[in-house]
Amino acid sequence: MPPLPVYLKECAGRAEKARNRAAPLGPNLDLGRYRAEPHGESPPRKLDDQVLREAALSAGVDLSEENRGGTYLQVDHSVLCRNVREACEGQVEISPVAEALERDPRAEEYWWKAVAVDSDKYTAYTALQAPKGYFIRILPGCRVDLPLQTCLLLAAEGSIQDVHNIIIAEEGSTAQVITGCAVHPSAKKGLHLGVSEFYIGRGASLTFTMIHSWSGGIDVRPRSAAVVEEEGTFVSNYILMRPVRSLQMYPVTTLRGARSRSRFQAIVMGTGDSRIDIGSRTVLEGKACRSETLSRAIACGRSSITVRGQLTARTDDCRAHLECRGMIASGEARLRAVPELDAEGVPRAELSHEAAISPIAEEEVAYLMSRGMTREEALSAITRGFLNVALMGLPPALQGCVEELMAVTPAEGSRL
Amino acid sequence: MTDPILEVSNLSVVVGRKKILNEVSLSIGAGEVHVLLGPNGSGKTTLLMAVMGMPGYRVTGGSIVLRGREITGMGTDERSRAGIALAFQKPPPVRGVTLKALAESLLEAKAGGNGTVRSLAEKVRLRSCLDRELNVGLSGGELKRSEMFQLLCLEPELSLFDEPESGVDLDNISVVGEAMRSILGMGKERSRKAGLIVTHTGHILRYVPADAGHVLMEGSIVCRGHPQILFEDIRKHGFEGCRSCRHCRSI
Repeated sequence: MPPLPVYLKECAGRAEKARNRAAPLGPNLDLGRYRAEPHGESPPRKLDDQVLREAALSAGVDLSEENRGGTYLQVDHSVLCRNVREACEGQVEISPVAEALERDPRAEEYWWKAVAVDSDKYTAYTALQAPKGYFIRILPGCRVDLPLQTCLLLAAEGSIQDVHNIIIAEEGSTAQVITGCAVHPSAKKGLHLGVSEFYIGRGASLTFTMIHSWSGGIDVRPRSAAVVEEEGTFVSNYILMRPVRSLQMYPVTTLRGARSRSRFQAIVMGTGDSRIDIGSRTVLEGKACRSETLSRAIACGRSSITVRGQLTARTDDCRAHLECRGMIASGEARLRAVPELDAEGVPRAELSHEAAISPIAEEEVAYLMSRGMTREEALSAITRGFLNVALMGLPPALQGCVEELMAVTPAEGSRL
Repeated sequence: MTDPILEVSNLSVVVGRKKILNEVSLSIGAGEVHVLLGPNGSGKTTLLMAVMGMPGYRVTGGSIVLRGREITGMGTDERSRAGIALAFQKPPPVRGVTLKALAESLLEAKAGGNGTVRSLAEKVRLRSCLDRELNVGLSGGELKRSEMFQLLCLEPELSLFDEPESGVDLDNISVVGEAMRSILGMGKERSRKAGLIVTHTGHILRYVPADAGHVLMEGSIVCRGHPQILFEDIRKHGFEGCRSCRHCRSI
């Protein structure tokens, strides 16, 4: 294997060729519309900035760090906090990814290995910038009970925040990570490019919960992929409850090891003029691997949501299920479900899908109104119920945190 | 009659394009419980739904007055807040909303009610169902007890019960009956709470004595009288016998 600088140069060469490659899905953004570096008024640089703390909290990140095992906070391209709590010392490493690249001789085993550097102009752009983002490694055999949290905050008006994150759950380890990606009120327009590569080692288990809290002027292009080894488990939860200008992502999980497992769950509420195209692809390669993909989406206002899902079976004895449930709550909204099953020469693979789009049941609204709720309160209760995070089966520590967030996010006016 | 809680005057109601109620009038005084009888399809549920102001039940004539206040044009939620509650015959499943969450919100809105979620749930033996989704996967008896539980939380001044005993076994009927007594303030001095009960079998009247009965046929009230006497007559002669009885001719 070539030494790291040579490998990085190769990556840069491939990225250079993909610099103008449009992504196959989602609006094709002109990167020239955004500034590469923050400009204008200085974004918040201190942890005690109340607005910053509230923005982080809107994405589930509690900067008081109560009941958290560790924290990484990046505002634009500045790292404001990286901390492993005493209870988790010796179990987990959290650092800026650039630092990890310098210090870890094995870094090139993880850098642009799950996500192709030349996937599209967004991965290419990220590769051609200095590395920014976080590196998390759960050490072999360690069970980290307190959730780790990371927060990527976009604060500089009109700028691109490009990050490249690496998360490694080493053999036999267990951890939960909650990641909040949010916008500071100082940024009305901006682009978040987030590359994340996950490596779940043999017998390891990682629950990764990502909460997005954007606003109507922000474009978002996450590019994620996970590789799961033998008997490893990867659970990915995604929650979007606030407006976004456009968001497109299609993370890929490869179940490479025998008896590996994955679950992808998404809860999405489209509001305002949001253009959302999300989904996930699971590639089943390992013997007797299993996967489940569940998504629930509500299209409100003039939003447009496309929920995709693809299961690709490349091994016999695998089993996977895909479920998309949608609710359309506005005559001006659009909701599409695109489930896809693909079995490549594996006659004993079991793949299934269910997709359904339904209106909000007026009978339910009227019933709740007969209990004294206003129509708005009843609608809110029903939509929140439809997007019930309890269905995600989160670990208790995460469940409480996400429920608190949901309680203040989607349904102002709800009595429930 | 004491001061009327509910006065329905010449009420006509259309569902879809079909006229279901035709100039129905009845009056329920404070502290009174009335029973509404009638064959299937006669309009009993429609009358309760119209009084509750449920969408789809369009009033084309007449009026509904609650405690002297005209409510005919009021929304469902306003009527609830004004003091009317309906125990549905077949409540719809509401996924994602737990019975406990709903009860908490009802008690919170009530502020200073007669119990806690747990104590009221205990009254109807529903504590084990509190974390269940509303009306999802409940048995017939549990559904009825859930409706009673919600009315206990709401403490309405006028309670409407749509076939509270249907699909309920004997054990559950007694629990439902006790809950109805509590909702209607029975046993309390000077309770002004009033009720209107739709029943086919009359079994519930063993637990909840009614003061007056009305027989509804083809959308019109055709007879009134003491509930037990009406039931006896119907048992002997069927609803068709109602048309020719001397009570009916006097209406």
